[in-house]
Amino acid sequence: MNKIIIEHLSLQYADGTESLRDVSMSIVANAITVLFGPAGGGKSTLLRCLNRLNDLTEVRVASGKILLDGENILDPQTDVIALRRRVGMVFARPVVLPLTIRGNLTYGLELAGEKRKSRLDEAVEHSLKLAALWEEVRDRLDDPAIALSGGQQQRLCLARSLAQQPEVILLDEPTSGLDPISTGKVEAALQELKKEYTIVLVPHSVQQAARTSDYAAFFLQGELVEYGEGKEIFTNPKNKRTEDYVEGRFG
Amino acid sequence: MNRILTQRLGFSLLTLVALFTVLPILVVFAYIIAKGAPAISWEFLSGFPREGMRAGGILPAIVGTFYLTLGTAIFSVPLGIAAAIYLAEYARENWLTRLIRIAIINLAGIPSVVYGLFGLGLFVFFLKFGTSLLSASLTLSIMTLPVIISASEEALRAVPQAFRTVSISLGGTRWQTIRRIVLPQALPGILTGVILGLERAAGETAPILFTGAAFFLPRLPHSPFDATMALPYHLFVISTQVPEMPFQIQYGTALVLIVFVLGMNLIATFIRSRARAKRQW
Repeated sequence: MNKIIIEHLSLQYADGTESLRDVSMSIVANAITVLFGPAGGGKSTLLRCLNRLNDLTEVRVASGKILLDGENILDPQTDVIALRRRVGMVFARPVVLPLTIRGNLTYGLELAGEKRKSRLDEAVEHSLKLAALWEEVRDRLDDPAIALSGGQQQRLCLARSLAQQPEVILLDEPTSGLDPISTGKVEAALQELKKEYTIVLVPHSVQQAARTSDYAAFFLQGELVEYGEGKEIFTNPKNKRTEDYVEGRFG
Repeated sequence: MNRILTQRLGFSLLTLVALFTVLPILVVFAYIIAKGAPAISWEFLSGFPREGMRAGGILPAIVGTFYLTLGTAIFSVPLGIAAAIYLAEYARENWLTRLIRIAIINLAGIPSVVYGLFGLGLFVFFLKFGTSLLSASLTLSIMTLPVIISASEEALRAVPQAFRTVSISLGGTRWQTIRRIVLPQALPGILTGVILGLERAAGETAPILFTGAAFFLPRLPHSPFDATMALPYHLFVISTQVPEMPFQIQYGTALVLIVFVLGMNLIATFIRSRARAKRQW
């Protein structure tokens, strides 16, 4: 089932230069879709469009549609606050808010008006378990979140998006600053999460793309070069440029 | 002379020059304490001036300066912080915001006596507030605003942009983000700016000269429309306008004023260092 359908999407920066050119693709529910390719290809920009975080930047939608469950989220009428609750985001550098561990997790729910302590506590425990962090922090939920290690902070950021009970989770190179053990924990968590969520991941390496993807899309200089099942893309790419990149001949 | 010796000599000279900047404040402070401390007594701090201010206490001036500082805070703090939030969080860079910034910078450069004259024209005469605590507080507020706005804007801008992005990505509105994340993080910086601004207001003479300060008024102000004595103006009066003034009273008054102002400074320093220790970014 397609959760998100992108139709002929073109993006440009405020100065008119092109960022993304006529991209069309469908993102399947309950699977991990990776957007990969060299820097400057437009992956992160596309990711940010999926929950309209591009509103904060200089990127403008030139044409096209993004349908989430059939509704065009690029429509100016879209309630972006509600959209961002449905489509969560985890950034490359883990940014914990200057609050406690618990405070980070309940932040989004409190903004949405949730006051019941039982619901908040439930969300804290559930999201931490999903992000494989519960055992490590259960006894110090009221410590400042900044005291956690880098890997723990990134899993806290993941848990923070999960606490909102989103439908889609966007991850922008979530493991770029992490050691291999922490990276492994995050990747393992993602494999569990896809049972419940739709996951779109910009990986920090081709290897990670190959390891984690159910579906993979290769972006090169604003163009979607090839899109298909991960197995196909990484073992038997159809496009010469995809093959060259996957095999490390450029990038 | 070899180069290591030259280096040593250079360092020593620079250190000496740096130390020299501390000297004036130490000398001023020591001098005022030495001459003013004998005047300090319970009667001096809690009594009213007698015998044409040549004896008795300076309570009305202390209370007056306290009220003036408080009055200035009431007007300038909310306005200043609001303006800073607008400039740092909402305003786009365009000709309007550039104009506002230029206005703020120039406001800070206007000589204080000009503020006094302006206050006299606007608050005392045009708005008919009279020579009063209210007029003087408003005049001091205008003078203090640029300090508070600049410091607050800087403090707000120092809060990492990433916090805002994260908060908005979690479904926060711009105001929720400011209210729950940005403002609490910027608060120590804002408070420091506020105190430094108010401290300047407390020590100023010229802006209150025409707008609210009384030459001699041996009672406490009862309403915002009363004139009031104030420490800086009182010091000016007893130093230049009253013949045969005992000098202990002058230095005693100066000492009280300087302790008042430095006390505020100390509070600001304390807030700042505590915030630095607790900062999470």
